[in-house]
Amino acid sequence: MAASSRAQVLDLYRAMLRESKHFSAYNYRTYAVRRIRDAFRENKNVKDPVEIQALVNKAKRDLGIIRRQNAVKIAPTQRPRGIPTESVRNQQ
Amino acid sequence: MLLRTAWRRAAAAVPVAPGPNSTAPTRGLRLRVVDHATQSDVPSATATPPQAESELRPLYMDVQATTPLDPRVLDAMIPYLVNYYGNPHSRTHAYGWESEAAMEHARQQVASLIGADPREIIFTSGATESNNIAIKELESAIQPDTSLVSVMTVNNEIGVKQPIAEIGRICSSRKVYFHTDAAQAVGKIPLDVNDMKIDLMSISGHKIYGPKGVGAIYIRRRPRVRVEALQSGGGQERGMRSGTVPTPLVVGLGAACEVAQQEMEYDHKRISKLAERLTQKIMKSLPDVVMNGDPEHHYPGCINLSFAYVEGESLLMALKDVALSSGSACTSASLEPSYVLRAIGTDEDLAHSSIRFGIGRFTTEEEVDYTVEKCIHHVKRLREMSPLWEMVQDGIDLKSIKWTQH
Repeated sequence: MAASSRAQVLDLYRAMLRESKHFSAYNYRTYAVRRIRDAFRENKNVKDPVEIQALVNKAKRDLGIIRRQNAVKIAPTQRPRGIPTESVRNQQ
Repeated sequence: MLLRTAWRRAAAAVPVAPGPNSTAPTRGLRLRVVDHATQSDVPSATATPPQAESELRPLYMDVQATTPLDPRVLDAMIPYLVNYYGNPHSRTHAYGWESEAAMEHARQQVASLIGADPREIIFTSGATESNNIAIKELESAIQPDTSLVSVMTVNNEIGVKQPIAEIGRICSSRKVYFHTDAAQAVGKIPLDVNDMKIDLMSISGHKIYGPKGVGAIYIRRRPRVRVEALQSGGGQERGMRSGTVPTPLVVGLGAACEVAQQEMEYDHKRISKLAERLTQKIMKSLPDVVMNGDPEHHYPGCINLSFAYVEGESLLMALKDVALSSGSACTSASLEPSYVLRAIGTDEDLAHSSIRFGIGRFTTEEEVDYTVEKCIHHVKRLREMSPLWEMVQDGIDLKSIKWTQH
């Protein structure tokens, strides 16, 4: 398998962020988005292709986890009282 | 004018009832009556979730009491709840073998987090059971003068870190067994049972974003620490804890430990920043706030503050949109002030004014800011109502007052 290109990594990043926004629980949703951003940012200067591939594989596994967790509506949507919803915040 | 008065009188007569508001507020409280399942003649197979498409709930700032499951942990557990449901002690078929393999993998994950050998990990139902096993060892000791030192690694009420390595060194040199309840510390601060010369350690699943109902006890093999089983039966877990090992739960515990190992540094950095933000903002806006516990040897995610001249319970009730606690969940039913605060020499009145803020992996900056804002607002409001506060403002030294008996 060819080493992951920059474009592939970016695709993966976008896919992960997109899927994370489907978490119905506020705390999971915010954690996933934040963690993904921070993880990709932290590793952006990695040069070793073996290490890059290992990171990409881990990210793909995590993407699978996010997808599976969101595929089934396990519990009703949850929002903390007092924290404005994203839609309301976007209007501000 | 008459019309206006009539309208006002009519409006006053209408009872104020909570209900869905047509205008969505941008901030502030919004009480919504959550529709509980009504009594119906036909029992439904599954409980219907509340009708509202989104459920409004308080912010969670009580991670010392318990933590939510990490999605990665739930993902690891589900196959063992749905498909791979075998008994790990069944030796004759694939269901048993795969369940056993998962159990052993989880054991390795727990061991790896604390620098132990997997053979030194026994699964239990939680840290409480582990503590009981460890302390019972004292009774079954062979030599009459053998003793045991048992210390919490990180205190659950004030977040203080005990000097474990130091204590371990002392115990080891005096040939005394050393047990630590690491429920609040595992996965949050680096722990190594060999570096710290720990002989027994209690681990709790639901404090590290794992499932409730499971834990583990670490029992040193070299030199051998002998413990007596609390629960006897089929001899599972090397005879130290009989009972079928709950594979889905231990898989969850293992996954939680592995995730914790990977995320420890990131979480610690973030939680420290949020803790700093919370304490700085509160201390900047409110006078007479005391942080309980040694600020230097302190785990940042557990912040215990005393707000002078404010009763802790009333502040908790006022902060009804935030899930908080004063002191530990274990003792929350009693009205006595925390024994921990009393032990560190806190004044009785300050001990009654303490609130514990818990910051965890999933806590957001928004939640911290909201909690701080509400906390400042309510402390100010409660102090305005307090005659003690009024006296202090007038320059009276409360300690000099001779309260008379009625």
